[in-house]
Amino acid sequence: MTIKETQDELISDFSFMENWMDKYEYIIQLGKDLPLIDEKYKTPDNLIKGCQSQVWLHTEMTGGKLVFTADSDAVITKGLISLMVNVLSNHTPKEITEADLYFIEAIGLTSHLSPTRSNGLLSMLKQMKMYAFAYQATSQSQKNGTEL
Amino acid sequence: MQHVPDITVPALDVEKIRRDFPLLQEKVYGIPLVYLDNAATTQKPQVVLDALEQYYTTINSNVHRGVHHLSQLATDAYEGSRKTIAGFINARKPEEVIFTKGTTDGINLVANSYGRGVIKPGDIVLVSAMEHHSNIVPWQIMCEDRGAELQVIPMNEQGELLMDQFSALLNDRVKIIAVTWVSNALGTVNPVHEIIAQAHARNIPVLLDAAQAIQHMPVDVQELDVDFLVFSGHKLYGPTGIGVLYGKEEWLDKLPPYQGGGDMIKTVTFAKTIYNVLPYKFEAGTPDISGAIALGTAVEYLQKAGIENVQQWEEQLMEYATQRLQEVQGLRFIGQAKKKTGAISFLIDDIHPYDLGELLDKQGIAIRTGHHCAEPVMTEFCIPGTVRASFAMYTTMEDIDKLVAGIQKAASMLR
Ligand SMILES: Cc1ncc(COP(=O)(O)O)c(C=O)c1O
Repeated sequence: MTIKETQDELISDFSFMENWMDKYEYIIQLGKDLPLIDEKYKTPDNLIKGCQSQVWLHTEMTGGKLVFTADSDAVITKGLISLMVNVLSNHTPKEITEADLYFIEAIGLTSHLSPTRSNGLLSMLKQMKMYAFAYQATSQSQKNGTEL
Repeated sequence: MQHVPDITVPALDVEKIRRDFPLLQEKVYGIPLVYLDNAATTQKPQVVLDALEQYYTTINSNVHRGVHHLSQLATDAYEGSRKTIAGFINARKPEEVIFTKGTTDGINLVANSYGRGVIKPGDIVLVSAMEHHSNIVPWQIMCEDRGAELQVIPMNEQGELLMDQFSALLNDRVKIIAVTWVSNALGTVNPVHEIIAQAHARNIPVLLDAAQAIQHMPVDVQELDVDFLVFSGHKLYGPTGIGVLYGKEEWLDKLPPYQGGGDMIKTVTFAKTIYNVLPYKFEAGTPDISGAIALGTAVEYLQKAGIENVQQWEEQLMEYATQRLQEVQGLRFIGQAKKKTGAISFLIDDIHPYDLGELLDKQGIAIRTGHHCAEPVMTEFCIPGTVRASFAMYTTMEDIDKLVAGIQKAASMLR
């Protein structure tokens, strides 16, 4: 699925849920289902700042695609991370950097989450895009034969 | 299951009181608000809101300065409020009541003035393990400045100060003791009479952080014989931005001023400035006039309800909440002191307090999560934070039932 298709699917899933408790239920379930990050990647380097709860994000490149794994000590946060990971993981750095992430607004996440929560979410997204930029830059410089 | 509370008829007409608070009539997410974050700040009764508006619509002008009619009215109202507050805490004189911005400001004032006036290198300042950051950082700054040392009275796992260790910490190098009367993170009521008695036996003055005490119990500074006592107006049904420092006259006379400016001087020349008398010596610049007046109104409101009645009602709330919360599977209290007031901190299994807080919020229940500005307390208990429900005179048993139901629902989703 493309990033756009995953987003549209999420928007449609959320549109069937009537109230915010249902949506939270869904987010929490996602959090519980999120594949756990390998403990060895829970390093201070992988810790994202700007979250009231702790969030670790790890990135790996496999077959030209970026794979994100993540974890948090708070399950709602994990659920939100899971949304981001589902949308962005397994895509090329180019696709990720160019992605227009309209689903967050469309689901109503920014307006319903507490400000600290949505700030955390935004810093997480920023981090994911930054990784993608970094990989893109690396591969470009490799193509051009320049050393980083 | 909902219990029928075993309560005596309160001397407080809580339903009537609730009607005095406009914000308590509001809804959040379309649900009637259950406000249990009173330790952070209380809601304001209509009379306080009216006092603010009336000040600006009828007597607004600067105090202590004008010869004109309005300035006289504003000064009378401002000084009248000081008298009301002095009466409320039983200060010997209104001059012992200094208006500040709040608890934090009051502690900074004392730390600064006492530091410059008294503290020498090698001296010791004693605080407790359960202080709010406001009663730690100003002393740290001052100690660093003066080459003094900050030492800490430890506590046990119940969240009670270890009084033996406190006694053992007292020596001739200790120059001031700053402790909280009631812990905002744990609800613990500290044995302040004993602390003051032991300190005074060695001629050490005591500052009490009464931010979480003043709204819950009668406070009599003469009976306590306390040297300094600070609190915030906004936790006492008054406006934000105004608070009180009580200080014994002999101390306030002795200490150098904190800030310089208008109002705090008698005469100024470039060669020398003569400071004004108390309380003005510590009130530099135009004060929060409307806030001070409205705080006086808040105190009168509380006096009318009767602080003893409030205390009695809140004790019943604490007891009922403790009992009801025990029904929640996996819930553990953080802070189990024998004497607690105002606030209950807890955690449920390994559920993150932030998750619980968010799901309570979505059910219209306002509580606080996090470290409550008392990180050392969280470190001591090895937890990232707690969920804290805190009460006020307008809290009802029904609020507590809703809290427990909300927690049950949230916990079942999060488990
Ligand atoms: C025990 C205690 N001390 C100090 C403060 C600081 O009060 P303020 O922020 O009003 O200055 C608080 C408020 O949270 C408190 O609970």
